[in-house]
Amino acid sequence: MSGYFSYLLNGIKSLAIGLKITNKEFLTRPITLQYPHESVKMAPRYRGHIELLMDSETGTHTCISCGMCQKGCPSNCITVKSKKVPGVKGKVLTAYILDFTTCSLCGQCVENCKPAAIDFSNEYNLASTRKEDFVFDLLQKLHPEGVPEPKVDPALLKKEQEKIEAAAKAAAEKKEAAAKAATEKEGEGGEKAEGKS
Amino acid sequence: MTLLAQSQLQETFELNIGPQHPATHGVLRVKVIMDGEYIVKAEPVLGYIHRMHEKMGENRTWNQFWPNLGRLDYLSAIAYNHGYAGLLERAMGIEVPERAEYIRVITVELNRLQSHLLWFGAFILDLGGFTPLMYAFDEREQILDLLESVTGSRLTYCYFRFGGVYNDVDDDFITGTRAFIKRLRPQIPMYHDLVTKNVILMERLVDIGHISADMCRKYGATGPVLRGSGVNFDIRKNEPYSVYPELDFDVPVYHECDSMARYMVRMDEMEQSMRIIEQALDKMPDGPVKAEKAPKILKPPKGDYHFAVEAARGTFSMRTVSDATNTSYRMRLRSPTYSNLSLFEEASRGMLLSDALAFMGSLDLVIPEMDR
Repeated sequence: MSGYFSYLLNGIKSLAIGLKITNKEFLTRPITLQYPHESVKMAPRYRGHIELLMDSETGTHTCISCGMCQKGCPSNCITVKSKKVPGVKGKVLTAYILDFTTCSLCGQCVENCKPAAIDFSNEYNLASTRKEDFVFDLLQKLHPEGVPEPKVDPALLKKEQEKIEAAAKAAAEKKEAAAKAATEKEGEGGEKAEGKS
Repeated sequence: MTLLAQSQLQETFELNIGPQHPATHGVLRVKVIMDGEYIVKAEPVLGYIHRMHEKMGENRTWNQFWPNLGRLDYLSAIAYNHGYAGLLERAMGIEVPERAEYIRVITVELNRLQSHLLWFGAFILDLGGFTPLMYAFDEREQILDLLESVTGSRLTYCYFRFGGVYNDVDDDFITGTRAFIKRLRPQIPMYHDLVTKNVILMERLVDIGHISADMCRKYGATGPVLRGSGVNFDIRKNEPYSVYPELDFDVPVYHECDSMARYMVRMDEMEQSMRIIEQALDKMPDGPVKAEKAPKILKPPKGDYHFAVEAARGTFSMRTVSDATNTSYRMRLRSPTYSNLSLFEEASRGMLLSDALAFMGSLDLVIPEMDR
């Protein structure tokens, strides 16, 4: 019987202690943030989807279209499209497509990027009911008003044109020489050449 | 006794708990054969979120496997990062700078604290108490903010790299962590007052869910489950790695073998984790956070490598067979809760169903980790 009462007493005691704590907590200020009206400040290192960084000197990105981000990506969510523009050194980026539905934010692309052209953004408000809304062209995101034309270096353009001309000239010469040799061969023994072709 | 009465006495029925059930923390299905309120046989059924992580390790390059480590045990992902980093560092013989090792230990222990706080809240929630969950999540939120400021993510961390960590910690993190420890330390006695000393909790945990040390050995249970059965085994002490030998901490061991013992082990481990973090913050030297010699494309020499770490739920060990290419020939992940769950069938025989759910909560199960 005494066991029963001590058990009851212990129960009441533990209840009182618990209530004391909850009452104390009840009187403290709530820490809840009213989300749509207020929002948490994101940490600078927060990993949102990747973005192309604006280079203040050139007014555009520094991507060299090497494709190392695409190659290192575990989920194949990056597609880098580029083309060769006459008069511009290297390749010119035409589209940087990120499929954010499969991205796992591991950071391999950011680490692999030699010119440090990409980094994580701080964007987190990305709710949508459509899957297509998560496929971004980062180049268009960087230049929403239109991608600027790449700067053409006249010296390089001239050099390239000369090179092309020289190559064309060399090809023409080669062709001429081949034609000449063929006619010569034909003169020597037409049957042999015909048989070969 | 008539034949009819006898058959009624022996009548059993089958009950499915899960795969979608609030008391099972994820997609775990337990097929229970019940005799009234008592369990005759409980058979856990796995495979609902199997994602072939081991196979993925065999067709991705070593670097590309990093994000998978954050998605095994989503509550102590940094410890899993540590396991993978340690494995390849052992295989390649990469020396890790001391500052990086300290950062690793600090983040792993913060992650352990976070995991134990979540377990504490969810476990009490299993037993029917809602308030402690809110208190635990209040503290946990602080850890998540701290870790987010360093790693960039809140849950699925991908922070470690071979030969170091992704980026250095700043002064804000160090002062923030110190302030947080100061804040959490008085909270633990408060949790004990609010929860541990509560008679209802004691009634539900003391002398319930008995797991002997032999049973733990038989099923390979590790972590707080094993330490709650009176076996002093912690990878941080038994097979020291990283800078743990330089830090002074105790391994809490309880000999009662019941659910309460496992509960107490985790509560005491939080205190020890705080001690480790404080010492590591004091001892952390300046310097680089990534080995300069670490190669970008890894090709570990041919061989069989193994590395084990103490995650929040027990021993997580990784084993890989390398054939000197940029992918693994065989990747094996040994996750602690798979073993911890496997003893559930034997230990829950003859238990009341409500006790069995409390017992399952004391095992601290994370389903994505056993269903790799």
